[in-house]
Amino acid sequence: MFLILIVLLSLPVMDVVADSSIPTAKRQGELLHLLRHDCGSCHGMTLQGGLGPALTQEALAGKPMEYLYLTVRDGHPDTPMPPWRGLLDDTEIRWLVTQLMQGVQNP
Amino acid sequence: MRSDLLAISLSGLLLTSGCTTLRGTGDMGIVVERADGRVKVVEHTGNTELASISGLGDLSHASAVYSRDGRYAYVFGRDGGLTKIDLLKGAIVKRVMQSGNSIGGAISQDGKLIAVSNYEPGGVNIFDAESLQLIAEIPATYDDGTARSKVVGLVDAPKDRFVFSLYEAGEIWVADVTQPENPAITRYRDVGKQPYDALLTPDGRYYMAGLFGEDGLAMLDLWHPERGVTRILPDYGRGEEKLPVYKMPHLEGWAIAGNTAFVPAVGRYEVLVIDFSNFSEKARIPVHGQPIFVMAQPASSQVWVNFAMPNNDTVQVIDTETFQVIKTLKPGPAVLHMEFTPRGERVWMSVRDDDRIAVYDTTSFEQTTQLPVDKPSGIFFSTRAHNIGL
Ligand code: HEC
Repeated sequence: MFLILIVLLSLPVMDVVADSSIPTAKRQGELLHLLRHDCGSCHGMTLQGGLGPALTQEALAGKPMEYLYLTVRDGHPDTPMPPWRGLLDDTEIRWLVTQLMQGVQNP
Repeated sequence: MRSDLLAISLSGLLLTSGCTTLRGTGDMGIVVERADGRVKVVEHTGNTELASISGLGDLSHASAVYSRDGRYAYVFGRDGGLTKIDLLKGAIVKRVMQSGNSIGGAISQDGKLIAVSNYEPGGVNIFDAESLQLIAEIPATYDDGTARSKVVGLVDAPKDRFVFSLYEAGEIWVADVTQPENPAITRYRDVGKQPYDALLTPDGRYYMAGLFGEDGLAMLDLWHPERGVTRILPDYGRGEEKLPVYKMPHLEGWAIAGNTAFVPAVGRYEVLVIDFSNFSEKARIPVHGQPIFVMAQPASSQVWVNFAMPNNDTVQVIDTETFQVIKTLKPGPAVLHMEFTPRGERVWMSVRDDDRIAVYDTTSFEQTTQLPVDKPSGIFFSTRAHNIGL
């Protein structure tokens, strides 16, 4: 009985922890802005490609999440793709990559 | 008799343009609103917006050149669109989709040809400036002739030539368009890894491509093309750790002051000073971030510099005699581009994330005016009509 109570009590706490694995709504907006405008300076504002390749859902189909995550985090040496770890944290990078894999809508 | 003639010609103009007064275009320009596929026609005497033109497609990284009469702007969009705009009417004259993905363009010395450099498919397309009819295609093929390279750093050079660089191939090509439908290409191979942009000195003599993949710059002397491409500053930054480059520097606005050139370093928070008498490194000026544009204020010893993120809220001014930073300004979030008025008394700056153009006085360094513009990026004044390589 006592044990069950502890488990129940801890559930909401776990929810809070889960929440911190995605950026806040405000931060999500900033990240989408960054994606279109700053990633967009090399990948095109509509992500159709530029100096860097297209980052559309079709273009990324079949590429592993982990590869994309590491690409954004560490960049590709000897290419213009820079490492973003100094500006974005892990949660933000994973969220961005998830958006890319799901396809980013153009407003 | 004389007043009759004037009346007739005036009414003719009224009919065609809908304008109430005659005006020249020498103080006019366009500002790109990148997110909305729109450009604003502006004037820098009173610092106002004159017209807003929509329907230009994807304008991220858009650039523009001008007809020699300064009336028409040719806008190169990211989605391969080439749009001819009439500044006086504030309207699109013509628009063609010429490739999948383009990066910039140039107008020939005689004003008759427009060249567009393309990423996808890699190459250069040449158009009639009047009709925008396609005249020739130059595929940027390399290796065994099947691969195509992205084309960057396209400029017009004297004597009916266009010069450009091949990013993947590491080559510089000179296209002689004396017979526009049949361009004659001279290829310079192995110029260096990943040329990413280039400039032509204002006298039309030196074409210089910045290299991303290695140190230094590739230079072609167009007075002596037989000497081939040489490398300058080959040892710049050797062995030093590079900082991440969150945005590619631009070379188009390279500042040349007297016998020295001021250029952005790649992967370092420095502006490089090149001595043009022997093409050696004269100094390195520490600055606030990765420089993007390094531009000479036309009427002084100032060079203005903006930066890549996360330092892109700042602009610094360097004195070309002392090589010191003499001013650090904070115009606002994401300063993407700067354009000086032709005689340099003011500078317009795009403050993208604040949706405005900030106009600064270059003597007092104070903001004098601002204009609301949605996500402004490139600013192109009609003065460019009369500059070689712009
Ligand atoms: C300065 C230019 C530049 C910027 C800015 C840039 N990229 Fe890249 N990116 C590249 C280049 C070039 C490549 C190709 C690298 C290669 O050839 O291996 C690339 C590759 C990638 C790839 C791998 C694509 C694939 O199909 O393998 C991803 C994912 C990616 N970038 C995401 C991003 C994201 C997200 C941002 C913004 C946070 C960003 N990039 C900003 C230049 C850039």
